Amino acid sequence: MTEFEMKLAQAKKAVGLGKLSRRDFIAFTMASGMTLAASQLMFAQAARAEAKKGGAFKVGCGHGQTTDSLDPATWSNGFTFHFGKSLFAAPLVQVDSKNVAQPHVAESFEPSADAQTWAFKIRKGVTFHDGRTLTPADVVATIQYHIGADSKSPAKSVLSSITEVKADGDNVIFKLKGGNADFPFLLTDYHLGMYPSKDGKIEWEKGIGAGPYVIKNFEPGVRIQAERNPNYFKDTWFDSVEMLALVDEAARTNAYLAGEVHYMNRANTKTIDMLKSAPNTELYNVSGFAHYTAPMHCDTKPFDDVNVRQAIKYAINREELVDKILNGYGSPGNDNPISESMKYSINPQPAYTYDPDKAKSLLKKAGLDGLKVDLSASDAAFAGGVDAALLMADQAKKAGIEINVIKEPNDSYWDNVWLKKPWCLCYWGGRPVADMFLSVSLAADAAWNDTNWKNPRFNELLIAARAELDEKKRADMYAECQQLIHDDGGQIVLMYNNFVGAVSTAIGHNQFNSDFDDDGGYMWERWWMA
Amino acid sequence: MHPVLKVVLQRLALGFLTLFAVSIIIFSTLSFLPGGYAQNILGQGATPETVAAFNHELGLDRPAPVRYIEWITNAVQGDFGNSYSGTTGNIKRSVSSVIGPRLYNTFFLAAMAAIIAVPVALLLGVLAALYRNSWFDRAVNSLTLTTIATPDFLIAYLLVFFLAVKLRWFSPLSTVSETTPFFEHIYKAILPAATMTLVIVAHMMRMTRASIINLLASPYIEMAQLKGMSKAQVILKHALPNAWAPIATVIAFNMAYLVVGVVITEVVFVYPGIGQLMVDSVSSRDMPIVQACALIFAATYILLNLLADVVAIATNPRLLHPK
Repeated sequence: MTEFEMKLAQAKKAVGLGKLSRRDFIAFTMASGMTLAASQLMFAQAARAEAKKGGAFKVGCGHGQTTDSLDPATWSNGFTFHFGKSLFAAPLVQVDSKNVAQPHVAESFEPSADAQTWAFKIRKGVTFHDGRTLTPADVVATIQYHIGADSKSPAKSVLSSITEVKADGDNVIFKLKGGNADFPFLLTDYHLGMYPSKDGKIEWEKGIGAGPYVIKNFEPGVRIQAERNPNYFKDTWFDSVEMLALVDEAARTNAYLAGEVHYMNRANTKTIDMLKSAPNTELYNVSGFAHYTAPMHCDTKPFDDVNVRQAIKYAINREELVDKILNGYGSPGNDNPISESMKYSINPQPAYTYDPDKAKSLLKKAGLDGLKVDLSASDAAFAGGVDAALLMADQAKKAGIEINVIKEPNDSYWDNVWLKKPWCLCYWGGRPVADMFLSVSLAADAAWNDTNWKNPRFNELLIAARAELDEKKRADMYAECQQLIHDDGGQIVLMYNNFVGAVSTAIGHNQFNSDFDDDGGYMWERWWMA
Repeated sequence: MHPVLKVVLQRLALGFLTLFAVSIIIFSTLSFLPGGYAQNILGQGATPETVAAFNHELGLDRPAPVRYIEWITNAVQGDFGNSYSGTTGNIKRSVSSVIGPRLYNTFFLAAMAAIIAVPVALLLGVLAALYRNSWFDRAVNSLTLTTIATPDFLIAYLLVFFLAVKLRWFSPLSTVSETTPFFEHIYKAILPAATMTLVIVAHMMRMTRASIINLLASPYIEMAQLKGMSKAQVILKHALPNAWAPIATVIAFNMAYLVVGVVITEVVFVYPGIGQLMVDSVSSRDMPIVQACALIFAATYILLNLLADVVAIATNPRLLHPK
């Protein structure tokens, strides 16, 4: 580092801390030969770089309903998602921007040699918003609330591998059905913020958690307002935060453009250029783990023949889908549901490109001249679902495959179509680790195995890899799993969609999480007012 | 018995019967809908056992007639039950506590729009009749027809774009709450109220104009003109009093629309009114809320129509003093 670079680094740091004014900083940089524009840009970047306390952060959220409640067993949309992530409740474990599980309310965690028993050491001196101290008993009660026999929590299926949870001194011990090297990730689920308990039952009614913000006002379907928890056990930056349920896309965009909110999620990619050109705006564009799929039931004619499945995979032009459905804000899938930014991800070969001739020859191999299939589609599966299905039908025509698109009602799509119709459209949100994803969506006995795919080798590998603590062996096993899904599975991964939004340059942040939207749900405690 | 009182009592009794029928229709329609509250909340997490646990907790595992009878018995006593979203836990979320603030917001907005729209519509209608076939008449007609023919969301977006985003006179969000002060509430409700005014003025204005013009051919109007009365006096003193009945009907109809038909305006401006609540509740199958909203909507129509009929009778001496 030259002397100038060192001085510049010091000056930037001083700016970040608010100790050096814009005028002084620019005088310094210009004296060393930089242009005014360059100095100003550098100042703006430096000023945002250092986290500092203060400010009122306002968010326009694309979800939120009047039926939203503080009951963690009812959280199911992108608004309530935040409650347990980092708004008012604090989970045992968080995911960092490099997709590593970091202890949070837990101070540390330790597996047994077979990864079947996990000990979580609970951080001392964590208090709830009403002053009560968070104890291992509260942790046990919170987990029990979700896994108990009469639980109605969506997290029940996520935690189905837990056979016992108990407090042991400062620790909470989890016993599992089988070994799971990734178990801490299961505890990052957004339903699992910790609640205070009394006699083994949690008290969620008042929305008291141990998280970074204390709820001041919650109006379901309208807004939630919260103030900084002065006793939070980590740093948090905003003085107060507010999230508005702005479900209407245009209303959300207008609110952002008029400066009513600092950040809006779920921007419409069709009108993204308007947001891009708005003043003081940074595009939030993160390629995540979430993807749009078209699951085929591998036990139903004609999809029970692997040649037919592959023929359909070659008959779809995914590049075109990305261009037209996502307006380029995404990437084409290669029938591997493990996103490339995830650990253990491979890119299975041969990649499925649009190849009608190959599709035709595969159909011939299956003893078919042509194919006529129904595809159930709806915008409930993902935005633009019906358009995507029609586009697929058009593409597949060239391969001699006639896709009859059936437009299903949005209401009850998940009850009556998904898992029931032999071929439909679906959406998968991210899971931070491969095992979690494969176990819920592709394992033979998974409730959400939406392809009815029961490949013995895959299921064998899945269980073995889950308990494997040797990284190299584990990576090999997951690579083989992905190849099997790619070659033999019924899951067509059409495309990975990016999380797209707009964030004001008044907000400072570090690298975004890619597992979920809104910086993985951790923006409340990770972002700051620059 | 006074004829007006008699009509009112008859109509109220009929109104109750209508409300009863509405409640049965809504209840059965909702049970025909696929899915349920539990499936909706659980989404992809809806395994048979979690759905069963959920339904048991809400009492939805009992047969529909039993649930209906239980609900209607409580409802006639003024207890509309709890929202499904607030049945669990120690703090219940009663239907009235959910609907109350939103109903107030809706009435507030409807009243604001009506206070602007009704006088404007009447004035324009009378003026258009007075100067019929003039450039003024034509301008008013084409302007109001344009606003009624434009979808309400487009009007809303245009207002937001120009007045909120470009000029920044108003906020694009009308997110009022119970703690919003009265005048701030008015300020925040201006854009949605303006949208609704633009949508309903044409209907009322044209009815006013048409009913007045209709009467202008009558012999008694001719008589008044021959007496040498000015045009304005003829219309205000002789035509308008006889035109009140159809005008009142149209006004009542539009007022009802202001209460029950504004869900799109609410969504665009994020105004927490009852329309949005009902749509949310239908899509999440939150039965008690839907029932209560439907009853409120039905009651609004019944009462406003009753009011229109009373006005019609009160302004028509022949109906007021039948032989």
